[in-house]
Parts: sequence; C-alpha cells; structure tokens
Amino acid sequence: MADSTSEHMALREFLLRMGDNTLILGHRVSEWCGRAPVLEEDIALANIALDLIGQTQMWLGLAAEVQGDGRSADDLAFLRDVSQFRNLLLCEMPNGDFGQTLMRQFLFDAWHDCQLRQLSASTDERVAAIAAKAAKEVAYHLERSAETVIALGDGSAESHARMQAALDYLYPYVGELFLSDPVDEALIAAGIAPDPRSLRPAYDETLTRVLGAATLTIPQARRPRGGGRDGKMHTEHLGHLLTSMQWMQRAYPGATW
Amino acid sequence: MPAARSQPPSLPSRDPPSTSQGRAPDLARIWAWLDAVPDPEIPVISLVDLGTIRDVAWQEDRLVVTVTPTYSGCPASAVIRLDIETALRAHGIGRVEIRTRIAPPWTTDWLTEKGRAQLEEYGIAPPSAAGGPARCPRCGSAELTRVSQFGSTPCKAQWRCQSCLEPFDYFKCI
Repeated sequence: MADSTSEHMALREFLLRMGDNTLILGHRVSEWCGRAPVLEEDIALANIALDLIGQTQMWLGLAAEVQGDGRSADDLAFLRDVSQFRNLLLCEMPNGDFGQTLMRQFLFDAWHDCQLRQLSASTDERVAAIAAKAAKEVAYHLERSAETVIALGDGSAESHARMQAALDYLYPYVGELFLSDPVDEALIAAGIAPDPRSLRPAYDETLTRVLGAATLTIPQARRPRGGGRDGKMHTEHLGHLLTSMQWMQRAYPGATW
Repeated sequence: MPAARSQPPSLPSRDPPSTSQGRAPDLARIWAWLDAVPDPEIPVISLVDLGTIRDVAWQEDRLVVTVTPTYSGCPASAVIRLDIETALRAHGIGRVEIRTRIAPPWTTDWLTEKGRAQLEEYGIAPPSAAGGPARCPRCGSAELTRVSQFGSTPCKAQWRCQSCLEPFDYFKCI
C-alpha cells in the first residue's frame, strides 16, 4: 500500500482537516460571544467555541510537528489563505439566526462524536490521545445541540419554520462529511483513521432520531457539495471569516503578546 | 501552543539529587508544596486535589512536573504552569521543567475526597456519576433543575435549587 512518504503526507493532510474543522467552526461559534439571545446561551456558545479552539491547538500543533518545517500551529492558523484550508464546508457556513447556528452545530457534533470515538483507537498514539481528550468534550456538545434542536423544532410555529429552513439550507453540506479520497485510503490502510463512509449509518440513525423528535423533515438527498476538505472550492464565506480572524497577523506580521 | 507529543522515556531517579547546599527536597515534600498551589479559577481547591498534576520526578538536578489539562481549551492552563513554577522556585528549586501529558485524558474521577468536600463547602456541587448534582450545596435539598449545560468555566454547569431558589455551579462529571 502507501509508502512511508505518502503516508506522512496523508497524515499531515488529515491533521489539517481535523484542526481546520475545529478552528473554523470554533471561530464561527465565537462570533456569538456577547450577542446570544440569553446569557446562558451566550456562555454555552463561548464554552463550545473554547473547547473547539483548544482542540485546534492540539490538532494543528501535531500537524506542525509532523510537517517539521519550523512552522507553528499559530502560523498554520493565521498565515494560510482560503485555498490552503481543509475544513468541511459545513464548518464555514454563516451563523444565520440562533436556530441555524444550533442546527449547524448538531449536524457537525453528531459526526464529530462518531469520528472521535473511532479515532480514539487510532494506531497513531498521538492521534488517539487527542481524539480521546476531545471526545469527552464533544459528547457534551452533542447532548446540548441535540436537545436544543428538538426544543426549537418541536417548539412554536415560528421556531419550527426557522429550524426547518436551517436544515434545508445546511443539509446539502452533510454529504461531504462522508466523502473519501486517496488521503483517506492511505490512513485507512495504516489504521490511523476510519473510512469516512463507515460513519454514515450511525450518523443517519442519530439524525433520524433527533430530527424526528424535533418534528423536522430531512430533505431529499442531493449530490453532496464538496470542496472544503480537499481545498478545491471553499464557499465565498470562508474568505470573509479569515479577514476577520487573521487581520491582526496581516496588519502586524509576527505580532505577539 | 502546547503540542500533544509522546514523551521520551524518562528514567527518574528515586532519590533526590545532592547539591552544594545539601540534599534536595524529597518528593513527598514537593507534593505537599504543590498541594498548597490553588487552582487559578477555583481557588478553594489545589492543583493536586483537582488531579491535574500527574507526576513529579527528579531527573538529575532537574525537577520534572507532568501536568494534564482539564479541558483542552481551558484558558487557565498557562496560568497553572506558571503558578507551579513560581511556587517551586519560591521553595528554592532552581531547575523546573513542566511537561504536558494528555493521555489518559483528565477525568473528574481524579478529584480527591478532600477536593470534593472543599468544592461543596464553597458552594460548587461536586461531580456525580448520575450526571447531575446530588444535593444543593447551600441547603442540601434534592429538588434541583438544570439551567444550562455550561457555566462560568468549561468544567462547570449551572443548576438551581427549587427549595432555596439559589442558583449554583455544578462541577461536570467527565
């Protein structure tokens, strides 16, 4: 199968995917800080963002170490441009209203939870250690986002309509979670990561259960929108996010505190 | 940013090194000193009671302290490292190395009994395997409702007592 060079390249790519997912979604969620509908939700969103940024430090820290060219996790976060990011498109989608933010979180958490539990058994001890740490935090995220999706979906006519609109808007980006490419094949062969396709049955089961309880209708599957995890075509939203997230390093290169 | 990395095999010596000032303090004494360093966000319990200090060992004349973060994004992590170093230096230990270890991941099972009692006395319900607080830390009532899964720090959730109506923090079980 893959020789050691291509396995090394695949590992680096995989770590960027993991770290970019949590970085971009963490930044998105942090945009709510000080603006959520009620204090408890503001605090919850800030804590979830914090967990995701903490996980980013571990994933991008390891990516930088594997890359071995002297760049740090901070360099990876703040000095790359759109086409070099490897996050799922779902993570970069705009916050919209509170319901859309929580729907995006639920669609991601349900996948993240499955994936991290599988990764806890990775043959790469470093990957397994980060996944086991993150899995504990993400179990909480999923519990909360699922409960909130049910409460709002099965709530008032207004909240139900907003949640259905959020699901209709975001569902086309769910297919990308389960795409597989040569990077995945190299990792599967080495026992480092599970086949993304293998996560789908458990994911669909969670969605059916939670969205059913939320009285929401899962849209007809369309051709999945991809291009985030391989960096081929991000949405227009990522560039806007980066201008905000990276402006300090772009305005004052090398600034530290 | 602290990277997750596997530690090189270490060969800690059981005996403290000899220095020109005499023998360096033994490990039991160092653990006692560390037990006096409060958690920066919940200062009623020590870092030892919180279970974040996983190992203390001499490597020649260098003291290696291994710590584990509670939550991966906990902003207190950097302060904790600094507080440990400051405390040990104040006790005359010149060469201190702080290492981060993330596996096995921190769990609330590592809180000591002393730590749990101190949390409750302060007004924070200690973690419970049942997934919620056993009783109100103020009045002892078991009539409780959850306000939010998240609280003022990553490790806590917000609850309210239905009897005395006071809101309180619950230390989440992970």
